[in-house]
Amino acid sequence: MFDFEGYGPGLFQGALLTIELAALSLIIAFTLGLLGAVGKLSNNTLAKGLATAYTTIIRGVPDLVWMMLLFFGGQIIVNTFFDWLYNFSDGSIDIFFPFNEFLAGVLTIGFIFGAYMTETFRGAFMAVDVGQIEAGKAYGMSNIKIFKRIMFPQMMRHAIPGIANNWQVLLKTTALVSIIGLADMVRLATEAAKSTGEPFKFFIPVAIVYLGLAAISDLFFKKLTSVYSAGVVKG
Amino acid sequence: MFESTLEIFSNPDTYQTYWDGTVVTIQMVFLSLLIGGVIAIPLAILRTSKNRWINTPIWTFTYLFRGTPLLVQLYMIYYGVALVEGIQQTFWWVILKEAFYPCLIAFTLNTAAYTTEIFRGTIETTPRGEIEAAKAYGMNWGKRMQRIILPSAFRRAIPAYSNEVIFMLHASAIASTVTIADLLNAGRLIYARYYAPFDGFIFAGIIYLCLTFGILAVFKQLERRMLGHLQPR
Repeated sequence: MFDFEGYGPGLFQGALLTIELAALSLIIAFTLGLLGAVGKLSNNTLAKGLATAYTTIIRGVPDLVWMMLLFFGGQIIVNTFFDWLYNFSDGSIDIFFPFNEFLAGVLTIGFIFGAYMTETFRGAFMAVDVGQIEAGKAYGMSNIKIFKRIMFPQMMRHAIPGIANNWQVLLKTTALVSIIGLADMVRLATEAAKSTGEPFKFFIPVAIVYLGLAAISDLFFKKLTSVYSAGVVKG
Repeated sequence: MFESTLEIFSNPDTYQTYWDGTVVTIQMVFLSLLIGGVIAIPLAILRTSKNRWINTPIWTFTYLFRGTPLLVQLYMIYYGVALVEGIQQTFWWVILKEAFYPCLIAFTLNTAAYTTEIFRGTIETTPRGEIEAAKAYGMNWGKRMQRIILPSAFRRAIPAYSNEVIFMLHASAIASTVTIADLLNAGRLIYARYYAPFDGFIFAGIIYLCLTFGILAVFKQLERRMLGHLQPR
């Protein structure tokens, strides 16, 4: 049934690339999401404004537009920066940094989902009881300690459903990198489909892999929910 | 750098390109939402059925279309229809050989799957008392659906549906990959014409942003009118 006419190993590599891309983007998105949420909830007007502008603009424009912008414009941005650095240092810092499609893909997906994560984390932070923070302060903990020991562990319980949701969408968004030329599953399937003239033979297995990844993630997040719900009585 | 921007945006052709792209994007999103919405209504009603033989096929449909990337669905339909045995001899081919229709089919099925699940959710959460009241008045299943359940379910679906509309607008950008001259494609044309990635894509992005805010404003009004009774005072 599954005869891939020599495209099998390639497709497998493509699947690995999809997972790698998704995992790296998630790390960026998670970090940006935490920063964004802290910014949105802070009393600092500048931080608040920056975080709000970030989430509004990123979420209002299609992901593919961002990806194209970074793919076609990324090298120009990088070159301009290093040219400036070269002139600024009178030629003592001379770096050429090649910008590639992998970086464009990871950065775009990371930035876009960072905006969604910001909203998730903001809601989750707000769900933590203020008394908990006050108690932390009463114990003389610094802001960082309060964040690490009190806010973060309790916030995660509220954030996990949102994170799970974002992850499922992120996983599907990685398919877009095939458009800017990365050899992920979808791109290889497209090439194979064009040259063999049998699209379903390659796209159906790809679809099954996506469904499988979604199902595995589902199990993982169920487990994670129970970990972070320790000590909470189910209602 | 700024001279080229000035050059690009002082040329009326630029605006014509973006305008054409915007029209195609709106057309495609509107049509797929309309057809997808019409398909989703009966599917959502059937999906709430207790009969497993009715319920499961529809669940399978929505699960498959929600669990795989829209891009894969688009490619499957776009590259797939050409291979149906003998299709090139029938009159269907006249319609299907253009990228617009395979694309419309993919978008329609995708949004139908999401919308079915949105409507199912709101149909299932219809307050029990309302249904009991309708039964007490002697309404049969059809009347209950028509007069009580669906009007209320559609109203409560508005917030989630507005998200789906914006999702479709943004997802429609992938149409440019199968040779459709949509708004993103306009950005690409400007990029290629002037080798100006920032001008080309940022302007397209601004139009998408405006469309998104427009949709949000419309739905906000709609929510105020249709969901006024559920809003906190």
